[in-house]
Amino acid sequence: METLVFIVCALIVLAGAIGVVMSRNPVHAALSLVATLFGIAVLFLNLGAQLLAVVQVIVYTGAIVVLILFVLMLLGVDEDEDLDTEPLVGQRIVAVLIGLLLAGAVLAVIIIGKDAAVTGARSATEAISPTVTNIVQIGRQLFTTFVFPLEITAGLLTIAVVGAVVLSRRPKDLQPIPEPESMTELGDDPLTITTEEAAH
Amino acid sequence: MVGLLWLIPALPLAGFLMLLLFGKRIGEPVAGWLGTAAVAGSFVTALVVFAGLWNEPEHTYSLKLFEWMPAGRFSVDIGFLLDPLSMAMILFITGIAALIHLYSIGYMHGDSRFPRFFTYLNLFVFSMLMLVMGDNLVLTFLGWEGVGACSYFLISFWFEKDANASAGKKAFITNRVGDWGFMVGTFATFFAFGTVKYVEFLPQASGLAQTTATFIVLMLFIGAIGKSAQIPLFIWLPDAMAGPTPVSALIHAATMVTAGVYLLVRVNPLIAASASWLPWVIAGIGVATAFLAATIAIAQTDIKKVLAYSTVSQLGFMFLAVGAGGYSAAIFHMITHAFFKACMFLGSGSVIHGMHEEQDMRRMGALRKVMPITAITFIIGWLAIAGVPPFSGFWSKDDILAYALHKSIVLYVIGLITALLTAFYMSRQVFMVFFGRANWGPSQEAELANKLAHETAHADGDDPADAEVHADAHGDAHDGHGVVPHESPRTMTIPLIVLAFFAATAGVLNLPFTEHLEFLNRWLEPVVGAAQTQLHLSGAQLTIELLISTVVALSGIAIAYAVYLKHKVDARRIELPLFANGWYIDSAISNFMGGLGRRAFEMIAHFDRVVIDGAVNGVARATRGGAMRLRSVQSGYVRWYALMIGVGTVAIVAFVLTQVSFS
Amino acid sequence: MSPNLPLAYLALSAILFAIGGVGLLVRRNPLVMIMCVELMLNAVNLTFVTFGRMLDDIAGQVIVFFVMVVAAAEVVIGLALIVAMARRRPEANADDLRLLRG
Repeated sequence: METLVFIVCALIVLAGAIGVVMSRNPVHAALSLVATLFGIAVLFLNLGAQLLAVVQVIVYTGAIVVLILFVLMLLGVDEDEDLDTEPLVGQRIVAVLIGLLLAGAVLAVIIIGKDAAVTGARSATEAISPTVTNIVQIGRQLFTTFVFPLEITAGLLTIAVVGAVVLSRRPKDLQPIPEPESMTELGDDPLTITTEEAAH
Repeated sequence: MVGLLWLIPALPLAGFLMLLLFGKRIGEPVAGWLGTAAVAGSFVTALVVFAGLWNEPEHTYSLKLFEWMPAGRFSVDIGFLLDPLSMAMILFITGIAALIHLYSIGYMHGDSRFPRFFTYLNLFVFSMLMLVMGDNLVLTFLGWEGVGACSYFLISFWFEKDANASAGKKAFITNRVGDWGFMVGTFATFFAFGTVKYVEFLPQASGLAQTTATFIVLMLFIGAIGKSAQIPLFIWLPDAMAGPTPVSALIHAATMVTAGVYLLVRVNPLIAASASWLPWVIAGIGVATAFLAATIAIAQTDIKKVLAYSTVSQLGFMFLAVGAGGYSAAIFHMITHAFFKACMFLGSGSVIHGMHEEQDMRRMGALRKVMPITAITFIIGWLAIAGVPPFSGFWSKDDILAYALHKSIVLYVIGLITALLTAFYMSRQVFMVFFGRANWGPSQEAELANKLAHETAHADGDDPADAEVHADAHGDAHDGHGVVPHESPRTMTIPLIVLAFFAATAGVLNLPFTEHLEFLNRWLEPVVGAAQTQLHLSGAQLTIELLISTVVALSGIAIAYAVYLKHKVDARRIELPLFANGWYIDSAISNFMGGLGRRAFEMIAHFDRVVIDGAVNGVARATRGGAMRLRSVQSGYVRWYALMIGVGTVAIVAFVLTQVSFS
Repeated sequence: MSPNLPLAYLALSAILFAIGGVGLLVRRNPLVMIMCVELMLNAVNLTFVTFGRMLDDIAGQVIVFFVMVVAAAEVVIGLALIVAMARRRPEANADDLRLLRG
């Protein structure tokens, strides 16, 4: 049963991920992302992380993706992106190569190493209890072992809010960002020291 | 009570900082009073410390505030050494500085940068105190540079005029030449002793190799030459008169220029350990400077220039004393000179002030009627510098001459001639300014212009000017629109009176008659005693020397009286162009630097451009060429950067995989 | 549960991470780039939970909380930047913003 669920969800996740990368329309990409995130939420359930599964649905699909879609609509940039051309020479080939190498390397470790690929002490923090509910266990850990990082995340979120407000405030003198000049137009660089200049 | 030592420099420093921050806001005259109060407080503290110093063993006390530069074996402290020598310096520096601050309140009245003047003046006093109180060469050097910088600021205080600005530059650059010597001397001291602290290296001086000691002293002497305006670096001091007169009195007569003498007296054990020709060099340069400057002073017409050359000359006397082994005599003359020269400078400032910024002595005369206090105090200073008994200058100069005679008859004779010249040119100044006929006022203005034109037209023309003082000159001046001399305000006359009093009486510090009367000698004994030349003059010798000095001084005055008041001899036969132009030293330097020197420097500049700049530019070009190729990496494309991160990640993962073994 | 199922989770997250990375490198729309970053973060989250399961440790799940917080903050700032940018140049993509080039 678990294996079956995994296979189905894995396919959904991968299909969604490929959809994010490949779809021309950003709205389609966002919807594909939702599929991926739902798949991962189910996988969390499969792994016994009930709380995370719920948070995944509420925070990611409920908040983050909605926010992204909101911005998408707000700016009206939902027109199709030209995916056939790539202005940076070799970027696409190298990117795919790197993706393959990265995935290949990790897969190689997993395939060759089997269970030995995962090292580390067992139950270093706290063993997952079959009796205590998942949410109680995580909550206890958050407010004991991880209380200091928890406090810092509060600061991080505050900073993020302030930063977002500052960044998205409309300045009085709104200037368009100038078009970048091309490399060749820059001419001789100002560091040049001529002998005539040095003499004065 | 000695523990209050730190307050002495701290008060002027505090005054400086407060004036720096709030000077503009509090303005005139509060800024002046604040500055004066800071220095006066410092003087009072110095008196208290002085009283406490009597109880210290050997009258010596040192205070370490904190370690300034610890670097391995080398360490420099902010620490103060209080001994009889520095105590004497502190007392007269703070005392005279306080008086000159007070005077400046009146003199600088109405100046647009009144608070800034006192800011600099306070900083100067602080630096000067660091110079004399520092317990090591580096701290002394800090003060040394501090007073140099203040001197520069204050000479070019009225920088609106180009001449003043360039005079400041001249002083600064000339001093740098000397400072180089000081620095090399400090380095050499550290290499020889491993320390720059006076109390640590001075007692070891006798064990030092003679050449090392000679080298160190020679380098420090170069520093002293620059700061104390001796041949060949004396050229900056006369130009330094571009600054306000209180500055000339404080920095360029009483205190800063004596720093070189102080330095040499401080390291007297090193001089004793160095080669026997070195004192000869010091004495020779001293007496040569004294003589040369005295001859130049004869022909100057600017009231301050005369005093400036006179200062150079008197400093030469001090170096003569150091070279002859008379350290206490050098300090004695330094103190009396500080009193009478400060008095005369302030007096000349009072005259300039009263004459509305007129500095040419030919336009003065008969001022004793309108400026009685200035005249009386100036005359006391004159008698002191001319060496008329019993004024202070007589005793200190005679003390130096006694040491010079002990060293060599040649030094003594040149010293005597210089003393004669001193008496002559100072009398000339007094007669031209305070006696004779008034050359100011509307009628005299035209007359003088006529006379000057006449003089230039007929170089051999006779001069039938009558010596009578025009009794009605004062009245005339009131009617006309010309200059109306007036006596200066009380803030200016009080310092004059105090300084004149000390100029007259400071001789009691060191009367040569019995050992009991030589207070200064005995006081300085712990510092200079070992290296000091011991004079044992019999009563007859002493009497003869004193008589000769008196006769010399009086004959100098008499000649001046004959020339400038009775007009028995044409003054132009004495005021040779050679003297008036300062032996053409300045123009010779300009010519040399403009001609031969310029070509040499251009060659060096060419070498610098082609070889040194070539190497530097070559490195720069290589870097630039490489950078031009590398800059395409910084394309500005975020995705490109991300790609590079990916490449790096893959590389690291690949590396880790090669290191892992799967069992 | 077959013994190799956890390894399958790890393999899935590796592939998901690689897809997210490639998307980040090839897409020019900044919003899509943020989505790709989310993909990568989710791949990592999945790894954490799997490790927690394999090592029988609850900390694997706790860490995911922090990753989610960071992801939320990152999205907020990223979107604010995009809004600020789009106000000045509505048609711009990530390649047009290269004033800091050498």
